[in-house]
Amino acid sequence: MTALSAKAGARSETDILLREILCEVLGLSDAQADELDTDSGLFGHLPELDSMAVAGLLTEIEDRLGIAIDDDEVDGELLETYGALLGFSERKRAGG
Amino acid sequence: MISSWASPAGEEFALAFDRGRKHRLLVLPALFDEANKTRHLAVEIMRRLDASGIDCFLPDLPGCNESLAPLEAQTPDSWRAAAQAAASHFDATHLLAIRAAAFLAPPALPGWRYAPITGSSALKALLRARIVSVREAGLNEDSATLIEQGRREGLELAGYSLGPAMIAALEASQLPDSGRLSDIEHSTVGGGAPWLRAEPDCDPAQADALAAIVAVGLAQ
Repeated sequence: MTALSAKAGARSETDILLREILCEVLGLSDAQADELDTDSGLFGHLPELDSMAVAGLLTEIEDRLGIAIDDDEVDGELLETYGALLGFSERKRAGG
Repeated sequence: MISSWASPAGEEFALAFDRGRKHRLLVLPALFDEANKTRHLAVEIMRRLDASGIDCFLPDLPGCNESLAPLEAQTPDSWRAAAQAAASHFDATHLLAIRAAAFLAPPALPGWRYAPITGSSALKALLRARIVSVREAGLNEDSATLIEQGRREGLELAGYSLGPAMIAALEASQLPDSGRLSDIEHSTVGGGAPWLRAEPDCDPAQADALAAIVAVGLAQ
């Protein structure tokens, strides 16, 4: 996984896009999205993130990051923390 | 404001702003959960158009919203027939189809498709929601098996009971040629897409932008 920095300037493109997507899907403010770190909980921690919202979130991630997410890749761990989702997205974009 | 019309499946309601004016816009709602997430926006667009001298009609498709018809008995064809019946009943001159309603559009009407998606995309979102929720319960399902099962016996997806014919037709559906309709991409409207939000507000600026596109188009 690439280094997650609290400093916006050090963020990867994937990190920036992922925060934008979470803002749209969950209605987070820019400040809230900025505060997400590797350990921030997602599914099960954010009441807005129900199963329908997760479905929308995954589709939006596929469209905006240009990746395809298989059914068997969608598990609790993928959405457990922001760091897990970012790591997955980075690996997918790198072709892995 | 609440009007009724006869669909092939029985009497249905519609939200109507009807003052017998020249331009009469049929608004076909988005499907499934997106119908809820975009309804406030749809109604706000209609209020603005009403104020601009345009009649507007938002029918309940059979099995949706206040409809008493069973959803599991519906198919894209039954919805197309209902959309056509609503267009005829209200003497619609134009159409605004929201999201997946694009593939139900009565072909004779000119108008707009707002952020159109295929029925297969709508189905994919419902399948994913189901997969996510059963996985949370520690179970495993995948889309291919679910679709196979759905084609045989129908499926309940995210609270929507869909019959076998509906599953098969949604999966195979493609976005029809726009024909007499112009596509409005969400990026031209701006702001967050309400169907993406888990708990969307209505953004008045989006309603303004969409109503303006329709009103300006009708004035030309």
